[in-house]
Amino acid sequence: MVALLNRPWIWSFVGAAVVFIGALAITGGQGAGGMVTAAFSLALFMVVVGTGQMFVITLGPGNVDLSLPANIGLASAVAMKVMDGNDVLVPLGIAAALGSGLVIGIFNYLLIWALRIPPIIATLSASFIIQSVDISYGRGLQIKPPPGFADFTNWQVPVGGVGVPVMAVVVILFSIGAAIVLQRTVYGRSVLAIGQNIRAAWLAGVRVERVRFLTYALCGLLGGLSGALLAGYFRGASVDIGNEYLLASIAVVVIGGTSVAGGKANIPGLWGAALFLVVLQIMLNSYHISAGVRLVITGLVIIGVIVAAGGPKAAR
Amino acid sequence: MVGQATNIVRLDGVEKHFGAVRALDGVDLRVDAGECVGLVGHNGAGKSTLMHVLAGTLAPGQGRITIAGSEQPGYSVSLAHELGIRCVFQELSLCPNLTVAENARVMHPGLTGIGWRRRAGDLIVGKLDEIFPGHGIGAGDVISDLSIGRRQMVEVARAFTETDKPVKLVILDEPTSSLDAHSAGQLLAFVRRAVANGQGIILISHLLGEILGNSDRVVVMRDGKVVVADRADAFDRDKLVAAMGAEHHERATPAAAAGAARGEKPVRIRARPERQSDGAELVAHQGEVIGLAGLAGHGQTRLLLQIFEAAYRRKAGFEVQAPVAFVAGDRQSDGVFPLWSIAENVGIRSIAAMRKGLLISPEREAELADAWRQKMKIRTPDMNNPILSLSGGNQQKALFARALASDAVIILMDDPMRGVDIGTKLEVYDLIREEALKGRTFLWYTTEMDELQNCDHVYVFRNGRIVADLRSGEVTEEKVIQSSFKEVA
Repeated sequence: MVALLNRPWIWSFVGAAVVFIGALAITGGQGAGGMVTAAFSLALFMVVVGTGQMFVITLGPGNVDLSLPANIGLASAVAMKVMDGNDVLVPLGIAAALGSGLVIGIFNYLLIWALRIPPIIATLSASFIIQSVDISYGRGLQIKPPPGFADFTNWQVPVGGVGVPVMAVVVILFSIGAAIVLQRTVYGRSVLAIGQNIRAAWLAGVRVERVRFLTYALCGLLGGLSGALLAGYFRGASVDIGNEYLLASIAVVVIGGTSVAGGKANIPGLWGAALFLVVLQIMLNSYHISAGVRLVITGLVIIGVIVAAGGPKAAR
Repeated sequence: MVGQATNIVRLDGVEKHFGAVRALDGVDLRVDAGECVGLVGHNGAGKSTLMHVLAGTLAPGQGRITIAGSEQPGYSVSLAHELGIRCVFQELSLCPNLTVAENARVMHPGLTGIGWRRRAGDLIVGKLDEIFPGHGIGAGDVISDLSIGRRQMVEVARAFTETDKPVKLVILDEPTSSLDAHSAGQLLAFVRRAVANGQGIILISHLLGEILGNSDRVVVMRDGKVVVADRADAFDRDKLVAAMGAEHHERATPAAAAGAARGEKPVRIRARPERQSDGAELVAHQGEVIGLAGLAGHGQTRLLLQIFEAAYRRKAGFEVQAPVAFVAGDRQSDGVFPLWSIAENVGIRSIAAMRKGLLISPEREAELADAWRQKMKIRTPDMNNPILSLSGGNQQKALFARALASDAVIILMDDPMRGVDIGTKLEVYDLIREEALKGRTFLWYTTEMDELQNCDHVYVFRNGRIVADLRSGEVTEEKVIQSSFKEVA
């Protein structure tokens, strides 16, 4: 139990559970199953995007990808256009979305590496370019996904009266894979080493620039993937489909126990934090609170959690 | 005999435990005005912990601290400063983003109002001039731009600066470890002047000659206790080593076999420093230990880094024939991964080799860590403990293990023995020789003259150039110093 409490990610799950109970208190216990289903269905997108962001943030101070919302928006449009409402073209559409994300990731890295622009500026300026491309490419229209793809992204298997979203299961498997990559591969160890001390990593034989390149490319790729999946889930692509993932991708990383200073990453925490944020929104919705107040409360809660979770770590 | 009143500090029965580790186990120590106390002991003997207690950064678990005759129960950093006790820690404590003058101001809150920056600058540069004439450091220099040796000079000088409160006692923890022989001599001469002026000094060093030559009294620590304390002239080198508890091995001339055989083995490295105007270049063959000597910061580290780069990417003027590994001397900025365990720190250079399939094998990682814990005698119950739980010298051993455990054939060492005790040093020297016999090549930048005796061949650097090229038989302190200062055409 004590060992469990020492895990930094446990607090994000505790938070999610507390908010969940708070939400149930209003409904008088009604709709718990539906809430769990909804929470997992929405949290999985934050986890996919957050995983990419986590690898980038783990590279150390200053590393962040702010182009994710634009990336997601463009990839959703690319995927829907290539699929063209035709189920046969789904794999091609996903590949195109991945490709679009990958190109964006590589573009980000080139700005950072070749032009020596700080990542925060590079990815932010990249996101303006991407957004413009998206607007002229998608013409601001909502493009519908093929019916089979939309059904797949919304597919739920009833287990004991609760609908289990199939995509959530897939993303849980993906998270396990990401944890293995982080801890047990040369790439993952290199990311952790660079985040702690980039110079020491270089002198220990870590191929620093190669790893940084791969990380920004990976983050872009995951952004592209989320774009395609979101377009399927919400039954349509749009320019602003990724907007909420700017704050969310960073919030889940930080609340989940990943160090903003780099070198320490935490994958289970991504799930806890994503569930926490989604359930919080569901709860605030069920209070019938206006959108403005909801944003204020969400912001305050994120600050509160970071302060609470950051306390004992700062004493280290 | 010296009376109670002249004690600057007096510690009685001081204890400090970190979990199961008894870092200090009942230490008594006194320092009088006008006295230099030399403190020696192995890595992990408790010297640094004791100094942290004296500086107020660690509160003792048990025991009394008496300063200038009055007991101090709530002893703290600010109180220590108030009472004129200053400390130069082994891990340098300057703010890297601030200038020399600004760092001086950090210690002197009294420097306020218009022109504080100039006054702080005058204060610190004045002290630098006094201790290290010809230091070449400006008040406006940013710390991170200074070499580690110069940072150490600033740190030392800052400890001796005075504004409103007089400095009574200065603790110098390995103050010469990053200094070349010339600046180290300047510092030690200054220590004697300070002592003559009635200040107290605690000098911690692994260089026994430094201790014996400059202390009035010597205190030997082992396993968290003071084992011997006596006048310095009661000791000689052998006695001191015996008191510290290391077996003293008489060493054969290490580089005996080499020298004559030079050139028969294949060449591993050819490197020409950028500023080299004549034809001289550094050449290292298989199985050689090559020393890089000269005053600190004269291009030795730079050349090592360039050779390191050239091993990964073609570089004009360099020829590197085998994989390299680097042993950092400045372990905080170049070596240690602070969030990781000892095992992870040792293994990072070998992660690719420890894979089974695509994944790093935890068994192989544990095997490697344990094998090198034994080989390097890293003092820890568990290699999964955080690297920062180790004393400085043991962290350095872990960095050696990282390089030696790897597949590297060429090992580049950047003054790697900083803060390492004499017993460990002798073991590492033997290990280096053993590995060289197996065919590894070592490039060894060192600021310690003794270590050059372990090299087959020594290149002396000055202003980024090779100015002398000495065979093992020819390496003497005079020769190295002579070439370090000689003007070349």
